[in-house]
Amino acid sequence: MSNTQGNLNTTAEVGIVEDSSSFPPFDSTTFPSQLLWLVLSFGVFYWVMSKVVLPRIGGILEDRRDRIAGDMAEASRLKQETDDAIASYESALANARQKASSMAQDARAKVKAESESVRAAAEEQLAAKLSEAEQSISKIKVESLSHVGEIATETTGELVKALIGGRAPAKAEVSKAVDAALK
Amino acid sequence: MAGNSGNAIDPIHQFHISKIFPVEIGGVDFSFTNASLFMVVTVAVATLFLVLSTNRRGLVPSRAQLMAEMSYEFVAATLRGSAGNEGMRFFPLVFSLFMFVFVANMLGMFPYFFTVTSQIIVTFALAMLVIGTVTIYGFFKHGAGFLKLFVPSGVPIGVIPLVSIIEVISFLSRPVSLSVRLFANMLAGHITLKVFAGFVVMLTGAGAVGIASAILPLALTVAITALEFLVAFLQAYVFTVLTCMYLADALHPSH
Repeated sequence: MSNTQGNLNTTAEVGIVEDSSSFPPFDSTTFPSQLLWLVLSFGVFYWVMSKVVLPRIGGILEDRRDRIAGDMAEASRLKQETDDAIASYESALANARQKASSMAQDARAKVKAESESVRAAAEEQLAAKLSEAEQSISKIKVESLSHVGEIATETTGELVKALIGGRAPAKAEVSKAVDAALK
Repeated sequence: MAGNSGNAIDPIHQFHISKIFPVEIGGVDFSFTNASLFMVVTVAVATLFLVLSTNRRGLVPSRAQLMAEMSYEFVAATLRGSAGNEGMRFFPLVFSLFMFVFVANMLGMFPYFFTVTSQIIVTFALAMLVIGTVTIYGFFKHGAGFLKLFVPSGVPIGVIPLVSIIEVISFLSRPVSLSVRLFANMLAGHITLKVFAGFVVMLTGAGAVGIASAILPLALTVAITALEFLVAFLQAYVFTVLTCMYLADALHPSH
């Protein structure tokens, strides 16, 4: 490049540009070297990109996509599990509640039946005692009624003796008269 | 931006190619030059970044790994958007092109660094790689059916010759437009930057008035630097998008 150093005006610059032999991008003697090194460097670059870098980045992106999809699936599975657990808990709770109420009902019925039977037994016993007492009363009554004649006879004998004086009438006669009066 | 400090005001010097290790095979100069050095640096930077950032294969990515993943998904979305899922077979090529051009453009933004993509032969070689892939794959996949690319369906018989000629010219101009767009953007941007930065240097050497008036070109230099970062990304993206569209032609020639 044989240009005029220190010359700043634009006409000089245009002059340099127009002089294609000294304009480096159009200097064809540098072309073979540039082409060779471009082929070598870009070739290596292309090879590294297609064999190492791009599969690696593609793999990273795919792994991430898979991981996210997997995590989402896992999350929805866990949510399903949670829902199931809640549902089974609720049904178990309902069962337990039902069972508890039926147990309470059973216990109440059992206690009631027991008290019923105790009461029945007590009543039976009382009834038995009552009838026994009635029996003994009627027996006493009958017995005492049977003594009435005897007492009457005796009393009559005594009365007659006291009224009439003298001797007491015969016992047979008195009882005969009493029996007739009682009839 | 790049250049030699002793030659601060020459905006073309930054594109000068100098030999580092002279190599000559069969009378042809294959020297390892500063251009070669920055091709290797570009590849090394991009490769090291992508390999090291993804080394842990983190399920939860680090910042660097996230950047690598984002560049992967960005290029994949671009390619899938224009060439469909079938186009993903070209993903390594498209991704390599995008990363190479992007990193080369970005490295070119460093002061004193050589911009690989400011050489027409480099961008033309990359464009020919794309067009070559499109053509070879197109004929390999569709045989003569690939020529349907030049005969759009639904065009009246009478105008087919004219349309076909236009289509052929458009196809042939693709490598030129693809390479010149990238080359010219990088070249013009770096020259503009250098010129304005040169003004600042010259004016500050001209006393107090000069220093005061140097503020304008300095502000412009800052603004253009920001613009050039945008252009560095945008041109890599445009190169990638056009590559994807051309590859879509190879997959579906009848449009």
